[in-house]
Amino acid sequence: MVYFGNIKPIKGKVHIEKNRCKGCAFCVEYCPKDVLEMSEEFNVKGYHPPFVKDEDACVYCQLCESICPEFAIFVTIKEEEEEGEKGESRP
Amino acid sequence: MTKEDRLEAKNPSEKFLRMDRIPHIWCPGCGIGTVVTSFNEALKKSKIDLDDVVVVSGIGCTGRVAGYVKLDSFHSTHGRAIPFATGLKLANPNLNVVVFSGDGDIFGIGGNHFIHAARRNMDITVICVNNFNYAMTGGQVAATTPIGANASTAPYGNFEFSFSLPYLAEAAGATYVARWTALHLRRVTKSIQEALAKPGFSLIEVITPCVTLYARRNRLGDGLNLLKYYYDKSVIEHGADTRTLDISYQGKLVVGKFIDKEKPTFLHAMNEHMTKILGDKFVKYGE
Ligand code: SF4
Ligand code: SF4
Ligand code: SF4
Repeated sequence: MVYFGNIKPIKGKVHIEKNRCKGCAFCVEYCPKDVLEMSEEFNVKGYHPPFVKDEDACVYCQLCESICPEFAIFVTIKEEEEEGEKGESRP
Repeated sequence: MTKEDRLEAKNPSEKFLRMDRIPHIWCPGCGIGTVVTSFNEALKKSKIDLDDVVVVSGIGCTGRVAGYVKLDSFHSTHGRAIPFATGLKLANPNLNVVVFSGDGDIFGIGGNHFIHAARRNMDITVICVNNFNYAMTGGQVAATTPIGANASTAPYGNFEFSFSLPYLAEAAGATYVARWTALHLRRVTKSIQEALAKPGFSLIEVITPCVTLYARRNRLGDGLNLLKYYYDKSVIEHGADTRTLDISYQGKLVVGKFIDKEKPTFLHAMNEHMTKILGDKFVKYGE
């Protein structure tokens, strides 16, 4: 990937509280990077929660977190351990 | 934050919610939860002391919000959220009082309270989730149902003229009026922030999918279809003339911030007036 100067895109780590999800697919539809996909699996209430299909693509835009009507999904900043970086600050 | 903390990290919304009551009762695909997230975000961003924020709701699907937010809150009787909020604000003017309720509650059952609180420029923020029908009681025609839409009390379609909420609010005297759809996440948050900071009566109308009743009766698909539909049909026109904001069935939705003006609040007007009449004998209240 080509970066401009030292600016690197922030990576997000997606957390899904499967049993709170009601399978509305809002997050899957509106994730700009197609990180998420609905799964075939059932949660305890019988809904299909989403799963993380391509976490590397997540840019920590937090849209999934804002759109979820069930408070069931959120993202944190992913630490890039292999390069020993903090990864906490946003440009 | 250490790595361990992050793994155990909680959804940031949890801080603002009574988690023992979650999952909430709203249907899968209902947009009310999304509006609550936008509200939580606005609370976080505006950095106000949560002890000074009160949420009042009436009856209805959106009326449940008062029970889910981890703030001082009150779930009032049908239509009476605004008078309760008025009482709170006058008893303790330091509070930031928010009315979070639905269109049926605020504009149908409690319509009269709305116009009078706006007329007096009571310093409260009204967040009205508009789903175009009385959802909790079974999808009856509301004061906001567009002409032609099907409802349980209008099986051949509605023929009653409906309220345009921003027009009504402006005419009654509100000092801040905005309308968005639930999918305008960041804009809803920003409007709520502005309204919280605004001294005076504010209305934020959020057009939100009701999947179980409105969408099903009108065969409009699921929550996602409706969310997308409302967003695609919306045109942002800040400062638009509120006379032009009628909503037709499945037609264009003009959204934006329409009114943001300065006017003395109820308490300010009272203090000014009484000081003018009584002079130093009058002790100003709440300022
Ligand atoms: S943070 Fe943005 S990119 Fe990452 S999963 Fe959520 S919506 Fe997709
Ligand atoms: S938006 Fe929330 S409730 Fe809907 S599918 Fe995604 S995680 Fe589940
Ligand atoms: S009835 Fe409609 S408004 Fe009420 S929770 Fe269900 S989808 Fe939402």
